[in-house]
Amino acid sequence: MDDPPKPPAGSALDTVEEGPRTGHALPVRLAATTLRHPTVDGLRARFGASVQHHAISAGDQHVVYVEAGRNREVLRWLKQDPAQHYDLLADVTAVDFGGDRPLEVVYQLWSVPHRRALRVKCELPLAALAIDSVEPLWRTADWLEREVYDLFGIEFRGHPDLRRIMMPENYAEGHPLRKDFPLRGRFTRAEQTRRALSQDPVDQYIPTELATGREPRIPGDVPLGESEVVEPSPEPEG
Amino acid sequence: MAKRTVEYSISRTPEMGAAGGPAHGPLFPVDLAEPELGAEHMLINIGPQHPATHGVLRLVCELDGETVIKVIPHIGYLHSSFEKLGEYRTWNQIVTLTDRMDYLAPLIYNCAYVMSVEKLMGIEVTERCKVFRVILMEMERIFSHLLWLGTTAIDLGAFTPFLYAFQDREKIYTLHEKYTGARITTSATRVGGMMADIPDGWIDELKEFLRVFPRTLDEIDTLLTTNGIHLGRTQNIGVISAEDAVNCGFTGPNLRASGVPYDLRKDNPYYDYDTYEFEVPIGEHGDCYDRYLVRMEEMRQSVGILHQAIERLPGGPMDVPDPHVTLPSKTDCMSDMESMIHHFKLIMEGVKAPPGDCYFAVEGSKGELGMYVVSAGGPKPVRWRIRPPSFVNLSVIPKLAEGHLVSDLIMINASLDIVLGEIDR
Repeated sequence: MDDPPKPPAGSALDTVEEGPRTGHALPVRLAATTLRHPTVDGLRARFGASVQHHAISAGDQHVVYVEAGRNREVLRWLKQDPAQHYDLLADVTAVDFGGDRPLEVVYQLWSVPHRRALRVKCELPLAALAIDSVEPLWRTADWLEREVYDLFGIEFRGHPDLRRIMMPENYAEGHPLRKDFPLRGRFTRAEQTRRALSQDPVDQYIPTELATGREPRIPGDVPLGESEVVEPSPEPEG
Repeated sequence: MAKRTVEYSISRTPEMGAAGGPAHGPLFPVDLAEPELGAEHMLINIGPQHPATHGVLRLVCELDGETVIKVIPHIGYLHSSFEKLGEYRTWNQIVTLTDRMDYLAPLIYNCAYVMSVEKLMGIEVTERCKVFRVILMEMERIFSHLLWLGTTAIDLGAFTPFLYAFQDREKIYTLHEKYTGARITTSATRVGGMMADIPDGWIDELKEFLRVFPRTLDEIDTLLTTNGIHLGRTQNIGVISAEDAVNCGFTGPNLRASGVPYDLRKDNPYYDYDTYEFEVPIGEHGDCYDRYLVRMEEMRQSVGILHQAIERLPGGPMDVPDPHVTLPSKTDCMSDMESMIHHFKLIMEGVKAPPGDCYFAVEGSKGELGMYVVSAGGPKPVRWRIRPPSFVNLSVIPKLAEGHLVSDLIMINASLDIVLGEIDR
């Protein structure tokens, strides 16, 4: 994804109301907790220093920060270890605090048999917004990660079908949920209208859809649980 | 677990005559040898404006004859980035955005959002408010399931259940209107309480609805549950196993139809749901028919919960008596200096939340409805995220519909009970 064009200096869009100013004085993380959580103890024993931080939020919700480079490894262990068994990935999302602070990728886990919840966070510096996809572990992550990619511009390595989901495929204004994205978009209304009117009906399709008659392949259609297929096979064009 | 088994004798093979051939022969002799048609696949586009997609959903289907080879859903036609808009609004102003997401069960979304914010702020709402929110949420479950029932029946060509369902839905619309003044965009909740106390006679009207509604449900039951066409169109269609359903992120009735007894009201109870007596219906086949049965039973269970909640609805204040959260009464505002200051501060600055984040999920009508709020300690959120149940449920449709007929694709889509306003947000 190319860098979105910068808005012209002095544009009227700069004067629209800005979002909450979070300020740089704010701590990025909540204070560490001394309370114990069986899963976090297990994580520390197995992954050592990759478990960076453990905090409690909103009274009783456990949040654990893990090293972004090992997210798939950690989450696979959380899913497959019989003592943990976090089998439901409720949500994948991201948080942008603004400024130069890293983006957080947030996984909400729930264990159906143990009735336990855990929030796992990974911090990504703005210079390297890429993280391993967990789609091979949970098919839920397919669309959820696409949404994060679309709205935050975080790349998920190994995702089988990483393309925009909310915004149109040819959307050129950037990633809307980032704090540096103005509320009304980067382009002027005139430019937005011009682009909308100059669309070709073929733009409404993705190239793989138009290439019918080939071997069928559902995006992300890999055997559940055991898949480690990471590279999407190149699709025939046209 | 309440489980309902239905005996039926519908044969999928045509009736045989005495000679062994079909009882009703073709009018014209036809050559039964299938001609070679070639293996050209066809690309068809359903939607975005199509009654069977239940909203502004576009499905691009690759077909081999009438068999679905591949479905690619395209969403985003209703996208207006509520999450981004929320970052520019104070905590209470966001409530109006929540009911515009799921206009089929707006009050559940109102409640879920403020419950998450209250948890973040550490506010414990009053007992009356808790019970009243339970009443509203269970009422909305019926409200949403009734729409699903009516429109799903229409997709199968059954028009009567739609009329029955909407006749009773109208009564809930009236209840909405009497309480909030609006039929769809209710915006009834506030952080720390509700927009107003319950109006006089409202509970009686709800009781009247609860008296009539089970009979309507029984009538629809008679029309559909053992109906041969309905059985043929829904049984063994769109089957998903329990393990796959969890892996795909199914929640709510769709997950329970596959046999996983996961219901947040039981598994992670909020608002004293553990003290209400109700059962969580689960299916065993995970097909469209089980999803139908689970929702039918859920409506009956909701009626039971509503009766219990009305029974235990206490008196007392609706809002928390905290001047930093709740607006003072107008009389106090006009006569008391302190109250006027609090009123001014609340209106001009808004409720303030401490830094931190909170993920709170309720059992919505469509599945696990989570609200994730991140605060940096101000009157506005840094991030407000909705865990969208319909969005996740819809993402499974390529897997469910593969290999079925196009007409089954319509049924599968209907059985998932999606609402596009929440998918696109």
